[in-house]
Amino acid sequence: MDTAGLRDLGEHVATSLSDYVFAAEVRRDELAVDARADQVVRVLKFLKDDPRCRFEQLIDLCGVDYPERDPRFDVVYHLLSISHNRRLRLRIGVNDDQPVPSAVDVYPAAGWWERETWDLYGIHFAGNPDLRRLLTDYGFDGHPLRKDFPLTGYVELRYDSEQKRVVYEPVKLTQEFRRFDFLSPWEGASYPLPGDEKVDDEAGEAER
Amino acid sequence: MGVGTTTVGLPGKPLPAGAAQDQALSLVTDELNDKGFVVAQLDSIINWARTGSLWPMTFGLACCAVEFMQTIASRYDIDRIGMVPRASPRQSDVMIVAGTLCNKMAPAFRRVYDQMPEPRYVISMGSCANGGGYYHYSYSVVRGCDRVVPVDVYVPGCPPTAEALLYGIMQLQRKIRRTGTIAR
Repeated sequence: MDTAGLRDLGEHVATSLSDYVFAAEVRRDELAVDARADQVVRVLKFLKDDPRCRFEQLIDLCGVDYPERDPRFDVVYHLLSISHNRRLRLRIGVNDDQPVPSAVDVYPAAGWWERETWDLYGIHFAGNPDLRRLLTDYGFDGHPLRKDFPLTGYVELRYDSEQKRVVYEPVKLTQEFRRFDFLSPWEGASYPLPGDEKVDDEAGEAER
Repeated sequence: MGVGTTTVGLPGKPLPAGAAQDQALSLVTDELNDKGFVVAQLDSIINWARTGSLWPMTFGLACCAVEFMQTIASRYDIDRIGMVPRASPRQSDVMIVAGTLCNKMAPAFRRVYDQMPEPRYVISMGSCANGGGYYHYSYSVVRGCDRVVPVDVYVPGCPPTAEALLYGIMQLQRKIRRTGTIAR
């Protein structure tokens, strides 16, 4: 891995865009750049056109939700430079009331990823020509990859033979979702294992 | 030999392959050569026709579709029981729901079912189609395709093996033979 080269590149980006980039760090042999959300298009344009960067391809664009943090969301851009055989991760922090400038002018491939990110996280992208929902149901309510979105959602669906169509109803579960987050007994659980409840009390001692 | 004296097995119960079947078949052939027609019960003929050419509508939604393809392919070869997969609901008799049915797909799924001509049957294949399966608690998955269409046979498994689906198909044939009604 060309860690030194990545570090140089990170420094180059950080100094050239010192007004827009907060930090550029190499961790686990990967270069990550944090930038200002409102200037993301300028940063992307630089990363694409600068001869030392030449990140021609947008590999991925996605969101991350940190419910306790302000700004709440991250938008992550993964870039690939075919010329230099390098990859770069660009992160910006946003809130859902703050639109992100769309990257479609720089990378046309961003269009549907921005739609997806809007769909699943509710992050607005200003300037996207077609910001509709991409994956969820028509007329879907909510943004399912947000941490506060309930697992089972709000509506469920069945065919109504009287109305002759599929109807939506509030979710009604016969059995609640159960979380089986048991620790592995082989790796030392911090709670008494099922059947071991009496091991430490005196009644258990007496029984034995 | 008079008309109607030939008994080819019991109604709705095919003879197993062997000497008895050969004898019955040669009787029928002789009668056909002799008179030019055979007399049989209408409902047996209808059941025979229905069970012998169950054309499935391919409705592969997820990984179960791969096992469905295996059932179609040369090893299990459902062609030999007269099943020819169709890509159109208007030409098919049975819909095999192979995979997870999502909310977004459900209206389209119902529409496809509505386009199938009567009599029509549905085989629900795999856990997801049976009751949501792994995605039972998901916000985007229908908890069983029987919420949208009436299902005749449920094939369990995740995914069911090709044999299991074939067994399900044979159960459906049995069900059709047993029900034996002309109108459904």
